[in-house]
Amino acid sequence: MRYLPLSDTDRSEMLARIGVNHVDELFADVPKNLLLKEPVDLPRRKGEWEVERILSRMSAKNISASSVPFFVGAGAYKHHVPATVDHLIQRSEFLTSYTPYQPEIAQGTLQYLFEFQTQVAALTGMEVANASMYDGSTGTGEAVLMAHRITKRRKAVLSGGLHPHYADVVRTLSEMSSDDVVTMAPDVGGTEDILSQIDDSVSCVVVQSPDVFGNVRDLKPIADKAHQHGVLLIAVFTEAVSLGLLASPGSQGADIVVGEGQSIGNALNFGGPYVGLFATQSKFLRQMPGRLCGETVDADGNRGFVLTLSTREQHIRRDKATSNICTNSGLCSLAFTIHMTLLGEAGLSRLARINHANAVKLADQLASVKGVEVLNKTFFNEFTLKLAKPAAEVVERLVEKGVLAGVPVSRLLPGAGLDNLLLVASTEVNTDDDRAALCAALKEVL
Amino acid sequence: MLNRQGRPSSAGQAGTTEHPTFTGNKALAQIEPLLFEIGRYDTTGVDLDEPEDFKPRLGGLERREPIGLPGLSEPETMRHYVRLSQQNYGIDTGLFPLGSCTMKHNARLNERMARLPGFSDVHPLQPVSTVQGALELMNELGRYLVTLTNMTAVALSPKAGAHGELCGMMAIKAAIEAKGEGATRNVVLVPDSAHGTNPATAALIGFKVKPVPAREDGWVHVEDVKERLGPDVAAIMLTNPNTCGLFEPQVAEIAKAIHDAGAYFYCDGANFNAIVGKAKPGDLGVDAMHINLHKTFSTPHGGGGPGSGPVVLSERLAPFAPVPFVRMKDGSFELVEQNNEAGGTAAPFGRMTAFHGQMGMYVRALSYMLSHGADGMKQASEDAVLNANYIRAGLADLMSLPFGNKPCMHEVLFDDAWLKDTGVTTLDVAKAMIDEGYHPMTMYFPLVVHGAMLIEPTESESKASLDLFIAMLRDLAFAARNGDKERFTGAPYHAPRRRLDETRAARNPVLKWTPPSPVAEAAE
Repeated sequence: MRYLPLSDTDRSEMLARIGVNHVDELFADVPKNLLLKEPVDLPRRKGEWEVERILSRMSAKNISASSVPFFVGAGAYKHHVPATVDHLIQRSEFLTSYTPYQPEIAQGTLQYLFEFQTQVAALTGMEVANASMYDGSTGTGEAVLMAHRITKRRKAVLSGGLHPHYADVVRTLSEMSSDDVVTMAPDVGGTEDILSQIDDSVSCVVVQSPDVFGNVRDLKPIADKAHQHGVLLIAVFTEAVSLGLLASPGSQGADIVVGEGQSIGNALNFGGPYVGLFATQSKFLRQMPGRLCGETVDADGNRGFVLTLSTREQHIRRDKATSNICTNSGLCSLAFTIHMTLLGEAGLSRLARINHANAVKLADQLASVKGVEVLNKTFFNEFTLKLAKPAAEVVERLVEKGVLAGVPVSRLLPGAGLDNLLLVASTEVNTDDDRAALCAALKEVL
Repeated sequence: MLNRQGRPSSAGQAGTTEHPTFTGNKALAQIEPLLFEIGRYDTTGVDLDEPEDFKPRLGGLERREPIGLPGLSEPETMRHYVRLSQQNYGIDTGLFPLGSCTMKHNARLNERMARLPGFSDVHPLQPVSTVQGALELMNELGRYLVTLTNMTAVALSPKAGAHGELCGMMAIKAAIEAKGEGATRNVVLVPDSAHGTNPATAALIGFKVKPVPAREDGWVHVEDVKERLGPDVAAIMLTNPNTCGLFEPQVAEIAKAIHDAGAYFYCDGANFNAIVGKAKPGDLGVDAMHINLHKTFSTPHGGGGPGSGPVVLSERLAPFAPVPFVRMKDGSFELVEQNNEAGGTAAPFGRMTAFHGQMGMYVRALSYMLSHGADGMKQASEDAVLNANYIRAGLADLMSLPFGNKPCMHEVLFDDAWLKDTGVTTLDVAKAMIDEGYHPMTMYFPLVVHGAMLIEPTESESKASLDLFIAMLRDLAFAARNGDKERFTGAPYHAPRRRLDETRAARNPVLKWTPPSPVAEAAE
């Protein structure tokens, strides 16, 4: 087996050195009747070429985003990832290292985490950011728990514009913890009256902008009302590129900002791995979940970085920890920070403008297709269409025409009576030809 | 053609004293400033054209202030991160004996497979008709995991080990509530030797944690468990093989006692690498176990993630598996994404994450399993256990084994009794190992042993590599005994940084770069 260095001679010599005759003597504590005599019922080893053939066949059965006009979003977005990003994250020393618990030989990881935290804090307009979460949805669940710890209240109000799967994650966690959750009705137009839900019994309101239907939300009035009642505003985003163009959640008064960072540096990956961004104000630092990297000095007085404030974490606090989290999204946060470094302020804001411009162009073109209505007054790079036919059906018909048109709202919110709504996303990768193909296909089908 | 005239042909006069350099660099060891110290706000490393004029639809919520994100050109970016990478120790650098972390070889075939466009460039919400191959892969991975563990079902979506623990404990909670015992069964037994994530997970969803104390032999005893069992106990969270590096010989009896009391057996699968293909957790009476794909199945650790923590479930817990999951219907794969679409006896407890979990890790793990095969996985476990025992045999006379010199599983646990009166601590030994070119072992864990040193070599090490590692630790042990204290207490001397001041970092947290104030600059 190509990955196993020991030869049979090595094995015999080693067993002799240990003082046993057979390797199974080392498994003596396993109950005899439960120790397997034969390999399990799975195929035997395969060479590289055979494995590659099996997996390539599976891969070939899927339609990849780059191969067709592609408008699917709703929480994950097709963006271009520069070749440099993918090369650098495969450097051995990044790829095959562990959590930097031995900082003297992990300064590479620690320094990029420090840079990542700085970038995320700037992007969200907050004072501190952690070293990443699993993804935006689990980060949102953790943000709600954090708000409960800070306010000592246990009721969350979820906006009807929050991604339904994010809401499901929060509800699952809250039900298991016996906390209260109020979920507002799906809010297609971004016009819900969330202010009326805010009172002294509420711990936090969770509002996404741009929301799942694409509307850009004004967070300021929500933050103001929330703060009058000692309620925290958790601002959520699923499209990190939007922050290159939109006012930051921090500048609008958010107390905790949490979002999905996949759009910067990370491939679609069929849903994961992604990278959750998580930021807050300094006064809440000690209630923040996840790893944190901090600056310090070494014995010679040189600047260096370490993981810090670990007294919040499970390996120290056990059942009193702020969270059970033990992993961050290391390599995905590296991809994020490298791509962000390549972009810089100039590149990010231009990328955001291109995304918005492409979406505006697409919305205008679609609005002229018979049987299509664009519902949004505001949007960044994604909006909601009302079609003359059920969206799920239309999407399937468009697959036959070689176009991946978007996400039917009924897939996220089945039974909500929103069957004719379609979420359509447009990024920098969409061309004039892509837009024309979508419009033409819709004309034929509707 | 080279003109060699005047070029010295000897190596010159090799001095032994250190000459500080003007730059602070030491040849290949380069000091790399922070991005914020070298980047510029008008620099970018990507070519993007400004869009034509258009009317924005942002509702007047445009950003009005600069963000504060410096950029670098592409060559500068490459150099910045390559230099940073060179300050890191990885598995490809050398032996990485971090106990309970399973730092094994990361085959690059798996990286290549994960980047096939049909896996990396597909969207989680594409029509299922366009991702049949991706669903097939998830289904196949699930089949492998269920077969290796002899369990009924698998929940793939948890994003990491601790997230998998949470998923398993949620399934247990859902099962208890379905039986109408939610109000009464609220205690979870956790041995003292458990990972910190176990009690943290149980507490997160409202369970009370009751510890099971450690015994002198490193094992959990069935009578200690029985003593604590009652109608209030929901589950036990047991790591097997345990964190002392030992297989729990009474595991089957413990499982029976737990089941007889109406409770569930959660197994922490962090140490599955010792028994893959040698024993099946389902045969041992396990109801739920997470599997760290990034440990056992070698999807890279990536400097702290992303992980992946699928949970295998027994027949009793299978109905409660969260959405989404893959199933076969009319000859094609479908995704069940809503609780009420599950049908039959299924009663999913909810959703762990927005999408389908860590697809990138699923591909790598399946690539690993296909490569090894049933025979290779069994051999890998045997080699992992053999390697750990070889280290035990090589060091037993100089270092101290808290539970006696008996066979261990894939990791060997030493305590610090052998350092008594030397003035050297476990931490010092770890730092001295850094100078010798090794990543330290896991230190001070498990908590049940004083000054613990937990060594897990994995199956990826050759005999020659183990011999060098043993020789290195023997040299250090002799040095400690012979009073060569400074070698330890001042270490590391040769790493990119000397020992770092963690107290200072925690007392006055500096968690991001801030521009130097003009006053401070003027004072310099």
